[in-house]
Amino acid sequence: MKPRPAWAFAIAALAILPLLVSSNYLLHVMVLVFIWSFIYTAWSLMGRFGLVSFGHSAFMGIGAYVVTMLWNFHGLSPWLGIPIAVALACGLAVLIGYPCFRFRITGHYFALVTLALTEVVRSVIVALRDTTGGSLGVTPNSVLKDGTTWSLTALQFADKRVFFYLALGLWLFGLWVWQRIDRSMLRYAMEAVSQEEDAAASVGVNVTRAKLTVTVISAALTALGGALYGQYQQYINPETVASIGVSLQIVFAVIAGGMFVRLGPTTGALFTLLLTEALRVTIGNKINALDSTIYGLMLVLFIIYMPTGILGRLMRKKKPADGASGGPARPAPA
Amino acid sequence: MAQFFDIFLLEAVLNGLLFGGVLALLALGLNLVFGVIDVVWICYAELMMIGMYTVYYLHNIYGLPLFVAFGAAVVLVGALGMLLHVLVIRPVLNSEPINQLLVTGGVLTFLQAAATLAFGIEFKNLGVSMPSLLVGEISLPWSRIAAALTAVTAMGLLWLFLKKTYIGTAIRAISQDRAIMPLMGVDASRIYLTTSAIGGGLAGLGACLLVLQYDVHPAIGLSFGPLTFMVCVLGGLGNMLGGFIAAFIFAQLINVGGFVWSTEWGYVMAFGFFIVMMFVRPQGILGGKS
Amino acid sequence: MSAMLELKNVSAGYGSFQALFDVSLTVNAGEAVAVIGPNGAGKTTLLRAISKLIELSAGEIVFDGKRLSEVAPHRIIELGLSQVPEHRRLFPRLTVEENLRMGAYTREARVHFTQRLEMVYALFPRMRERRHQAAGTMSGGEQQMCAIGRALMSGPKLLLLDEPSAGLAPVIVQSIFELMKQIRSEGYTVMIVEQNVRQVLKVVDRAYLLEVGRIKASGSAAELLTSEHIQKAYVGL
Repeated sequence: MKPRPAWAFAIAALAILPLLVSSNYLLHVMVLVFIWSFIYTAWSLMGRFGLVSFGHSAFMGIGAYVVTMLWNFHGLSPWLGIPIAVALACGLAVLIGYPCFRFRITGHYFALVTLALTEVVRSVIVALRDTTGGSLGVTPNSVLKDGTTWSLTALQFADKRVFFYLALGLWLFGLWVWQRIDRSMLRYAMEAVSQEEDAAASVGVNVTRAKLTVTVISAALTALGGALYGQYQQYINPETVASIGVSLQIVFAVIAGGMFVRLGPTTGALFTLLLTEALRVTIGNKINALDSTIYGLMLVLFIIYMPTGILGRLMRKKKPADGASGGPARPAPA
Repeated sequence: MAQFFDIFLLEAVLNGLLFGGVLALLALGLNLVFGVIDVVWICYAELMMIGMYTVYYLHNIYGLPLFVAFGAAVVLVGALGMLLHVLVIRPVLNSEPINQLLVTGGVLTFLQAAATLAFGIEFKNLGVSMPSLLVGEISLPWSRIAAALTAVTAMGLLWLFLKKTYIGTAIRAISQDRAIMPLMGVDASRIYLTTSAIGGGLAGLGACLLVLQYDVHPAIGLSFGPLTFMVCVLGGLGNMLGGFIAAFIFAQLINVGGFVWSTEWGYVMAFGFFIVMMFVRPQGILGGKS
Repeated sequence: MSAMLELKNVSAGYGSFQALFDVSLTVNAGEAVAVIGPNGAGKTTLLRAISKLIELSAGEIVFDGKRLSEVAPHRIIELGLSQVPEHRRLFPRLTVEENLRMGAYTREARVHFTQRLEMVYALFPRMRERRHQAAGTMSGGEQQMCAIGRALMSGPKLLLLDEPSAGLAPVIVQSIFELMKQIRSEGYTVMIVEQNVRQVLKVVDRAYLLEVGRIKASGSAAELLTSEHIQKAYVGL
């Protein structure tokens, strides 16, 4: 963990950034970095304990779509819509998580079930095309017209700097949650569980409850991130928020950045977003396919050669003996 | 009025049976690889996608006869399966299962994106139209019938192979006790390679059957992949018979649900069933261990 | 008589844990040799090293004139060296006959499959009765018969047996050792690793005593049976 003064300095520096920078493009990239970092961090809350979810895109989709639908059709402010979306995401997490954990579904099974989850949510979104716009996507009804540049009720702001601070706040919030969990008994309980469930249960860890807790927190935060993403982008469609591609992207970014370190997911977000932008600048069109090609290839290479991620590898070099923030301490497969 | 209703329902059920056959074939490949090597090829449907493009290009662009294109696709995807195992699976075979999932997830992304770059996003149709079999009021597309028959035949042949040949028996044995295989004179890595080739070949065969009925595009894997996974999980991951049964259940739900409401809702129904089953029996219909 | 199997100064272990220290022994054609010793002595490690399931850290193993370091693990059976693993290790969901078929996996064995199958069924009539039964559903004694039969399907020159009496009821153990005598009389060269000292010394010609990874004693079965050390420590176990 970094010492406090450095953190304070960094946050202060970030905080005054929008005042110094006038480029909308740069602000845009930063907002995305913060939002995605937040989502990736949320995912890593589960991932670091071996609960690898290939379905987080579902929670993100719920966050984005529920908020937008409630606003568009019922005029319900996102301030109310977001808690509802988060609650729904938590409900879904429990719905899927409880039977899985109760019956000790882990590993392959769990990953496949979560992958199916993404598909289910996506299918429902598409099936409800009359409401959701199906694959074409949907835009939240904008109140930003006739000179209105901001609306707190609608959570819409023309000025990117507002979103910058919102996203920054969210990102910091995510890091705070990560730290709280990292320092809590839950962390040790989950690490025990991820290594040897039976042994953990025998020393009194309520395995199901522990797993459900991290899952629900993770889902809630992801939904929150999805909601803000929708509000910021002002356009959502199943491909960008509720697809397997996004689920895999989340996993890739965290793996690349480092799953077991607090700033790992953020590193992953920086890495992937910079990669996308670099490709956009140099190649131009068709970047969607090109950066995904590279992502896919890199995920494969990362898993084979650098499973603890960029940051994980760097940190291991710095403190080789310290296992506190190190990688997974798993027994060799039988 | 009720009679009229029944006929089309019957048609949906029959179509569902036919679709179930193909779905069962896809599930079989995935279950085989998982049951033997203990790895899930998340990119399985993407391998199938490559197979579909192979048929399309060989037949439509290069003018080869359809059956030659089919054969080539099966062989090519079989080879891809082996390549996948050697390049991607083998290096992570002894690390955590999660890594194996992630690595095939990477391949999924890679294949999908590479296909987009290579072939473009337009939907490509094989352009082979086959008539439909008319039984009274019921119309059953011959393409679907042929697909189902081929699938069932292939499954039968696979069963014979696994039961009667030495390699087949070794494939069944290795998942029961890998460590003593050298004592039998079996080179375990060769068995894995053979299994990967068969798994790929089955995906290739599935591609041939599906390309007759569906247009191919880079993301078509997303239409069949999750479905196949759900079928496998529903039947008990690794259990070939379970997957077989689950495939038909799923197909019925999709077709009948699609008939009663709309196609998408048919899928949603099937998925809903999946979720309910996860609650009731998470290890799958014939799944043993949790 | 040249040695069929020769271990010269073999050391082996698991990672940083060394289980065998400078072990040397020989088995001559036609002989029955036992390796006895307590739990954890390294007996199973010894057999694993011979079958190349683990690597040697030092020393050499020569079988029938061939240096095993030059042979891949799955080809050792082709040389004529077959092992009945500890705890039987049958394929539980394969039938008895399918297990026996796996024993005949090598090219040479496949050619002689039918006749060897007959031979095994003649040796173990109970197996013929249960030929289509899933191997995992049989009793311990029956599984042992099947495991031995499986190892015989390759027509081996040397049969290795890893603790054949382990986990079996005393009355079954008796029949297993009777079986050993019978196999010997069929002409097989046999090396048995065993904890059950008294029984195995009645069946073999010679024996080695392995303690904590080292050969502590060797000699004819009669010698060892009457030795004080063995009497005190092992007989009556």
